Amino acid sequence: MEPAIVVSGLRVVRGGREVLHGLDLDVARGCVTGLLGPSGSGKTTLMRAIVGVQIVREGRVTVLGLPAGAPALRFRVGYQTQAPSVYPDLTVRENLGYFAAVLGVGAAEVARAVATVGLAGLEGQLAARLSGGELARLSLATALLGSPALLVLDEPTVGLDPVLRRDLWDRFRELAADGVTLLVSSHVMDEADRCDDLVLLRDGVVLTTGTPSDLRARTGEQELDAAFLALVDGAGRAG
Amino acid sequence: MSLARSRATAARVLRQLRHDPRTIALLLAVPCVLQVLVHELFASRAEVFQALGVPLLGLFPFVAMFIVTSITMLRERTSGTLERLLATPIGRGDLLVGYALAFAVVAAAQASLVSLLSFGLLGLESEDRALVVALAIANAVLGMALGLFASAFARTEFQAVQFMPAFVLPQILLCGLLVPREEMAGWLQALSALMPLTYAYDALARVSNGDLGGRLWLDVAVLGGATALALGLGAVTLRRRTP
Repeated sequence: MEPAIVVSGLRVVRGGREVLHGLDLDVARGCVTGLLGPSGSGKTTLMRAIVGVQIVREGRVTVLGLPAGAPALRFRVGYQTQAPSVYPDLTVRENLGYFAAVLGVGAAEVARAVATVGLAGLEGQLAARLSGGELARLSLATALLGSPALLVLDEPTVGLDPVLRRDLWDRFRELAADGVTLLVSSHVMDEADRCDDLVLLRDGVVLTTGTPSDLRARTGEQELDAAFLALVDGAGRAG
Repeated sequence: MSLARSRATAARVLRQLRHDPRTIALLLAVPCVLQVLVHELFASRAEVFQALGVPLLGLFPFVAMFIVTSITMLRERTSGTLERLLATPIGRGDLLVGYALAFAVVAAAQASLVSLLSFGLLGLESEDRALVVALAIANAVLGMALGLFASAFARTEFQAVQFMPAFVLPQILLCGLLVPREEMAGWLQALSALMPLTYAYDALARVSNGDLGGRLWLDVAVLGGATALALGLGAVTLRRRTP
């Protein structure tokens, strides 16, 4: 099957500095792909390019068979930015209702998104009065509206407690089982274990890709943390 | 263009305002208080209030909507909601028309209240009160369009607030309200001819004097053109792709 995302030779310059240096990557459909890498490695920039909001210097990004950012994709790609991007002066329901109206979907979708992220009971609460974790989940719920075929989630579990993190990852697995493609960036290595595929990014290039067990086998390390460090060190020596 | 998305955007902006009752109170009360101040200032010279009352009434919404829009839009940019919106099917035109609708509603409320006060209690006179309110709303939409455009050049709220004196005060100084345009130096007259508020003031002053001739409609046409131009330039500043 054709990959959900094909990135080839992607170069991006931000603030006069080249952030991605000719990056190539395929992301399989119906899988959870984890995008890992130290901060500053280019994860957010890559995600922005895939969603089509990033000005790129060179290279091609194809998403679900179309050029990234194509108008038809705006109905099919859900994007959660790293900082929660919702209106603090609207309630949970009003925030979701607005984005649902923009996507042309109804109140049933709002209720479903609220249930998926576990915000039921807080619909009347102003976003400004939500805790950090609740705000992050509201932002995630916004990305889930309209049942997109591809979800691009930039650190969706940051600041969440372990129980919530586990619950959200259960949801991600369910979505993938339904055929949704998820690209999820993370800092947390125990989340990497719940991905089908991993992409390790470092200094704007893909260091390595593979399943969690691939990476373990390749490095001889049991902990993904250690495997990741071994790969980074190996790359350092080779370079 | 999608009317449903524009309507949803207008409703969203108004809901945001509704959760901020203090801002609503300020938007409605401040012009009234200022109008009373002007009235009292010229208590012994009623003819001055008669000359200033109508133009002021029409200019308040311009100033208020300029500030409110530039801050709202800046927040939309810095909070990431604009980036999120532009990754959805909403068109830039839908967004701008939504904003214009919402602020036109606020301007209508604001202008109606000041009108009630001025015509009802302060003894201001005009044959064409509905026209005064309509011009006030048109000025609000112009203020909104300019505020939207200006917000593209602000990175912080401090900068956005400074655009008020930078963009708005020169227009108020030169529009003919303080000194008739014919008495200004040539270069000031030329400068004032380039400023949209000059035409807004001229239209209001004409309505105030009961002069509904051709010049008034020329002013209105210039106002419409300036609003469309500012909205167009504002739309250009809303980029789906950013660096």
